[in-house]
This record gives sequence, C-alpha cells and structure tokens, in this order.
Amino acid sequence: MTASRAFHAAIAYALLAVLAALIAYPLLYTLLSVFLTPAEASKFPPQLFPTSLYLGNVTAVLKLIPIERFIANSFLIAVIITAGQVLTGAMGSYAFAYMRFPFKPFWFALFLSTMMIPWEVTIIPNYLTVKQWGWLDSYQGLTVPFLASAFGVFLLRQFFLQLPRELFEAARIDGCGHIRHFLNIVVPLSRPALATLAVYVFLQSWNMYLWPLLITSSDTMRTVQIGISMLQFQENTDWNLVLSGVAVVLLPSLLLLVLGLKQLVRGITAGAVKG
Amino acid sequence: MEMLEQEMPFVAPQQAKSAQLKAAAKLESAAGARRKEHALAYLFLAPSLLIFGIFLFYPLLKSVYLSLHLTDPRGRVAEFVGLSNYKNLLGSTAFWNSLKVTALFTLLTVPAGIALGLIAASLTYSSLRFMRLFRFVFSLPLAISVSTASVIWMMLFHPTLGMFNYFLAAAGLSPVQWLTDPTYALLSVAAMTVWMHSGFNFIVLLSGLQGISQDIYDSAKIDGSGPFRTFVRIIVPLLSPTVFFLVIVSVIGAFQSFGQIHILTKGGPAGSTEVFVYSIYKEAFMNYQFGTGSAMALVLFAIILILTVIQFTVLEKKVHYQ
Repeated sequence: MTASRAFHAAIAYALLAVLAALIAYPLLYTLLSVFLTPAEASKFPPQLFPTSLYLGNVTAVLKLIPIERFIANSFLIAVIITAGQVLTGAMGSYAFAYMRFPFKPFWFALFLSTMMIPWEVTIIPNYLTVKQWGWLDSYQGLTVPFLASAFGVFLLRQFFLQLPRELFEAARIDGCGHIRHFLNIVVPLSRPALATLAVYVFLQSWNMYLWPLLITSSDTMRTVQIGISMLQFQENTDWNLVLSGVAVVLLPSLLLLVLGLKQLVRGITAGAVKG
Repeated sequence: MEMLEQEMPFVAPQQAKSAQLKAAAKLESAAGARRKEHALAYLFLAPSLLIFGIFLFYPLLKSVYLSLHLTDPRGRVAEFVGLSNYKNLLGSTAFWNSLKVTALFTLLTVPAGIALGLIAASLTYSSLRFMRLFRFVFSLPLAISVSTASVIWMMLFHPTLGMFNYFLAAAGLSPVQWLTDPTYALLSVAAMTVWMHSGFNFIVLLSGLQGISQDIYDSAKIDGSGPFRTFVRIIVPLLSPTVFFLVIVSVIGAFQSFGQIHILTKGGPAGSTEVFVYSIYKEAFMNYQFGTGSAMALVLFAIILILTVIQFTVLEKKVHYQ
C-alpha cells in the first residue's frame, strides 16, 4: 500500500516537474537572457545561463526605445480605466441591488446584453468616432471607451446582494439615505470585491493590444504592449536586447500577479468572460 | 455569467414589501420619496449607460449602416450598396479561408488547452508537498500579455537563433521554419496560444475541482475506487459545467484572437494564419474598406452570438450538476 502510494507520488512529481518546466521555460529563457553579455549572447551553441549579473542590456534597451515612457503611459491608462470601472460598476450595481426604479428588468437585460457584443465588432465605428472627436493619439481616446463594463456591474451586484439586508434596514430607520448608505456602508464593506475587480481590470487594461495599436501613432502616447512589439522590428537589434525589453515590461505584471493572485482568481472564477 | 444569474433572484419583492409598510406609515411623503429614489437610481446608472450607448450600442447600429454602404478612405459613406458587401463576402475565397483558418485555429488551441489545464489542475489538486509552488508556476502565464508572449516566442521560433531549432539540431533533426512554412505556421501560433492561455485554464479548472465536495472523494475512496478511476468516472462528470464554460469561453476567445497573429505572422504565409479578426483589421485599417470590414465584423458578431446562445441552452439542460 505505502509502496504504491510512493509510486503514485513519484509519477505525480515527475509529471508536475515536466509540465512546470514546459510552462516556465519561455519565462526563464527571457529572464536569463537579460544578463547575457553581448559576447555570451552571440556564442554558438547558445549559452543557457549567464555568468554574471550583467545589466548592460537593460540600460541599452532603455536608451534604444523610451520604455519608461511606455510604462508610464500604460500605467496611467490602466489606473484611469480601473478607477472608472470600479466607480461606474459600484454605482450601477448599487442601483440594481438596492434601489427601486421603473423598468428595472429591462435595464438589467440591457446591461446583460452588452456582454454579448465583442469589442472587435464595434472597433470600426469606435475608431471613426474617436477620430472624428480628434481623440486619436490621446489619453481620452485610450481610456474613455473602457470606463464602464457590465462585468464590473455583475461582479459587484453579486457581492452587494450578499451583504446582510438588516444593515440596510437599520440604516434606513436611522434616516440614512441611499448616497450615505452607498458611501459609508456598502463601499467599505465591499472592499474585497472592489479589489478583485480592480486587479482584474488593471491587468486587462495593461495588456490591451488592438485598440492602442489602432489609435496611437506617436512614441509619446504608445503603450508598453505596442512599444515592445515594435522593438523586434528595429534593424540590427540583438535578440537578447529585445528580450531584456520584454523582461522590463514583464516585471510589473509579474509583481501584480504575486500580490494580487487571490483577487485575480476570484475575478476569473466569477465568470470573467469578456476581453 | 448566466450561471450566476440563476443564483441571484431579484430583490424587488423584498423591497416592495418594505415599501408597502413604509407607505402605510407615511402615505403622503411616499410618492415624493419614491420619485427621488427613481431619479437617483437613474443617476447611478447614467455613467455606465452613457459609455455603453456611445461605445457599444451606437457602434453596433453604425456597423449595420456601414455594412450596407461603400466608404471612402476617410470612413465617409460614399454610396448605398444594399447587401452587396455581404454578397461579395460570401463569394470571396479570402473570407472562407479566414473562417477555415479560425476554425482550424480553434480546433488546435481549445482541446489542447483544456487538456493541459485539466492535467495541471488535477495534478496540483492533491495533498502532496510543494503544491503551492506548482500552482504558482502554472498560473504564471496569467500575467503575460499577448504582445510579450508573442515577442518571447518569436525569439524561440527564430530560424537560426531560436532555441527550438537549436533543440532540434541537438536531437539530430533538421531545422523547421516555424513561422514561414505554411504547414507549420498555424501550428506554431497555436502552440504559443495554448501556452499563453494555460494560466487562465488552469485557474478555472482548479477552482472547479476545489468546488467539488470532499465527501465525494472520500466515499469514492471507501468504495475502493483508485485515483484514476475516480478521476474519469466521478470527477470529470462533476467538472463538466466548468469544462463546458471553458470550452465556450475559449472558442469565443479563439474567434477574437488577433495580437499573436499580428506580431508573429501578419496572417501569412499565403494566408495560412489569417484568422477572422485579422481579416477585419486588414480590410478596415489597411485597405480602408470600412463597409466590407463592418460586414465581416457583423458576421463575427453573429457567430459569437450563436455560441453564446448555445452556451445558455446547453448549460441549462445537458451538463451534469452536483
């Protein structure tokens, strides 16, 4: 019995190790390439492990393209979108969870229906709208279309409905109106749900590709995702320089993953479909 | 999402009851208070509705309008052409090719991705040591965006400098033109996509497994069922709602793929990786044909709508629930 259990465990560990190596390899390869000196990078057969903590690639890539500007752009855009979606989502879900108003089922169905419209389908008219407004290559153009999402409303509504109803009744009896109830009771109690939504939206906005590709054209407005994909098209760029750029870009998202994995998992399992 | 909806009945009846009590207490001020509440509710919904109206509903209608017209390169409507954009689309080989490529891409990525996620999730769902570490490694791709993933794999796929061809050479095999050979290009992009989505699939399936009651494992064990049999006969059926959810989400995601194609292959070689969204992008933003581009976008909308409806109906009936 114990022998067969040890055997099972050995097989499980072997499989896990192979799978983990496969999944982690592209990332390890990227991170290790950062520290290869130009001489080591041009060796054949390729050198797999660097011999020193060489940082020349990082400084070189920072000189080659304005990565810090791209990171700042992406960060600003992601923060604005996250704040916007948390705010509009909290307000919308409060209305659906706590307030009475005419045609509520209709409005709820309307919100639900927005989840069935893929962003790619609306991209041509949106591009024309943003162009007409003179919002090409601007922060408005990159953020305003994303300031609300039905996903945020559903995620938060779900949470709001689980808050004890008695709190609401008690607050009501004490003469507390909807705005105070929303700001002083519901929002503070919902911090875990708000954090879940925030981490999820932040990562999604940070990773946006098609929309920034379409509407940004200058280096000062480029986001990190577009900037990094352009690095490989530059002439005479060493491959490990490109990977160093990727590593610089990867670090913030990896950090966010380490810090916010729990929130992210909660967001995904709540049925994160769109994006 | 509609799974959640079923669990969340409307709160209106409760509210209506408390409203009745209140109305009995102060009849005269109730109407005014209610009107105030209605106004406030709409005020709370207004920001979301404004964004949805301008950037989702209006564009959807505008797409229909554009798809019936020819446009000039600046996106202005030049001429009403009725359904001829759609007719041209159905008669064009490029359209059918991109549908075929997208379907093939879906077949290459979805089953493999779910199988990989299922293996990783079931291996880490055990009481063995170091599982937290393995779970972290398997969720790593979650943090990686489509462009960073594509650039990394571009380097791995590189015909002379790339590690894949180095490994092939080390194994005594001849090198492969991963991204420029029409027989391999789609496979290569698919492999990279499976890797990129593996974190998401892993997380969804692991939490699906964790949602299955421990009692079920215990009673299976007491009945003498081995780990493999328990997995195939008991866990897989119980996991079917999660797997089905993942299938639909992944298929929809595959139909929306763009970034990896744009970075790795630009739809080539010879259209062998030209997926649907890339075709829309090419038609609208490289050829400036906003009319036919919109017609294609609406075809994509129809396909995704059908998939969503299937999700709604099948999830209600066919899938096993605990």
